[in-house]
Amino acid sequence: MRIMATLRMALRALRRNKLRSTLTALGIIIGVGAVIAMVGIGNGAKSQVEAQIASLGQNVILVFAGNWSSSGARSGWGGAGTMTVDDAEAIAREVPGVIAVSPEIRDRQQILANGLNWNTQILGEGPEYLDIREWPLEDGAMFTEQDVRGTAKVCVIGKTIITQLFPNEDPIGKIVIIRNIPFKILGVLTPKGLSVMNTDQDDVIIIPYTSEMKRVTKRTNINSIIVQSSSPKTSDAVQRDMTDLLRQRHRIVPGHDDDFTIRGQQEIADAATATTRIMTVLLGSIASVSLIVGGIGIMNIMLVSVTERTREIGIRMAVGAHGRDILLQFLIEAITLSSLGGVIGITMGVGSAKLLSAMAGWPTLISISSVVLAFFFSAAVGVFFGFYPARKASRLDPIDALRYE
Amino acid sequence: MATVIKLENVHKTYHTGEVEVLAVRGVTLEIAKGEFVAIMGASGSGKSTMMNIIGCLDRPTEGRYFLDDIDVSHLDRDELAAIRNKKLGFVFQGFNLLSRTSALENVELPLLYTHDHVTAAVQRERAVHALQIVGLADRADHHPNQLSGGQQQRVAIARALVNSPAVLLADEPTGNLDTRTSVEVMGVFQKLNDEGITIVMVTHELDIASFTKRNIIMRDGVVVNDTQVERRSFAETELRNLQQAQQAVKLST
Repeated sequence: MRIMATLRMALRALRRNKLRSTLTALGIIIGVGAVIAMVGIGNGAKSQVEAQIASLGQNVILVFAGNWSSSGARSGWGGAGTMTVDDAEAIAREVPGVIAVSPEIRDRQQILANGLNWNTQILGEGPEYLDIREWPLEDGAMFTEQDVRGTAKVCVIGKTIITQLFPNEDPIGKIVIIRNIPFKILGVLTPKGLSVMNTDQDDVIIIPYTSEMKRVTKRTNINSIIVQSSSPKTSDAVQRDMTDLLRQRHRIVPGHDDDFTIRGQQEIADAATATTRIMTVLLGSIASVSLIVGGIGIMNIMLVSVTERTREIGIRMAVGAHGRDILLQFLIEAITLSSLGGVIGITMGVGSAKLLSAMAGWPTLISISSVVLAFFFSAAVGVFFGFYPARKASRLDPIDALRYE
Repeated sequence: MATVIKLENVHKTYHTGEVEVLAVRGVTLEIAKGEFVAIMGASGSGKSTMMNIIGCLDRPTEGRYFLDDIDVSHLDRDELAAIRNKKLGFVFQGFNLLSRTSALENVELPLLYTHDHVTAAVQRERAVHALQIVGLADRADHHPNQLSGGQQQRVAIARALVNSPAVLLADEPTGNLDTRTSVEVMGVFQKLNDEGITIVMVTHELDIASFTKRNIIMRDGVVVNDTQVERRSFAETELRNLQQAQQAVKLST
């Protein structure tokens, strides 16, 4: 029997019961639409997090001063206070595959300028910091190695600082006062938006780490070291070598815990995307349940249809239809129903995802693969739930079927 | 004349729970090409079971059945379906047309299940030709509910003819029709038979059976009488008689 003729037959049978077909397809429409929209929202959140991770820079490895414990009492992160600028220099010097290093000291200070004040994050960094983080300047220039050596009173500032302290003003060359020390503004950073932790990355002032240590905080240790490896492949080796080097430098005997923590970008990304991945799976599986419910609706209607059309089946068999012809006919009917529902559902799902991102401002991302997958899944629902009714139809006895009232 | 249907000691037993029903018990029968046979009998005589067996809808429990020299007694479901498609045409009491489907498409139905591939155009041509034979070519796109009972039965006959079957099987073809339409339908059968088509018909009406050439009477699952019809009715004459009778009624009032 020809597929085209069967398809025409299926479409005609579905047209005959327009309301019924529509309601049955509605189950699939809602199911597929929900899956598409939910996965779109989940993926949107995931891609947002991934973009934030990427804003960290390329092949970045972070070395944090770790916690330290003594007689069972444990300090928090950075509490060890054992990380020094020498450690950072040693890493740059001795670990192969490292292309850039920046020691980092974090601090919060009240700053003054223009008669306004603002509490912000002060970052003491090396001159390569912006290159590592792939964070270009919007205007001006970054401080240099010479500034670092000379503990220069210079800084670059984030966009938020401008809004708070220099509204309607070009801040380059102006002075901002940090802890009674005037710092000259050399450059303005391009806005970076929210970080993985949802903090404003533009609410920041970056100064040479030497200036931070000697002038502002008067500290001798640093919080962390930002390291860039030459490629993702060398990342593991670099992490291993750094661990060995730091253990050796900090004189940690085997069997004792590290007093530092090394985290590669991949690990940070994995941790950050884990939540959104779980959310995607959760939303998707809840939506899938409605797709299965839609499938049961199809099965239900197909069973009714087989019973209603028992005589028709009998006639077809009497004039020579094989069991598989009947099977195919009803199966194609079910698949047509579910894949039509799938196509409409995809449209609705994409539409509602767009609507959600427009109205609620949620990022949504609908990939071609999820659309294709949804389509084939809805067709598969038709096959799965249509098979039993179709097989039932194909196994009818023609004599009984012809006599059926 | 070549034998089209040959039954050898055919039995059919149904098992319904504990009881065994011997519907057909030992029928031996030959029907030659070009015959027009009526199988008659009261209900329960086994004539419907015989019809199902001859129509390859059912298999005998015992004995052998040759249709067009093919032993069909042991074929499986699909093989029987193929035989029905190629060798048999069915006409039922209740017409059994597909509703909301045009007459032409109803006639085309058996062609959908034919395995030697013909193009859609050839299919259509054959279906139109079959409708022409029964005189309904002008109603090709009518749906069954737009046709009278007699016309519906003629569409069913066209459907039975479309695959040029070896035998046309009719199961109480006039059971749902009034006298006049019955005679008209029998006229179609007689015309087809005159053109050489073998027809086997089940009926319980004697006057309908008298349009055929041979009457087989069954009782309790066996053939009790098998005779050639001596005083055969002809549809043309009968229709004329009916008309005259109607006019007589009109004149007398």
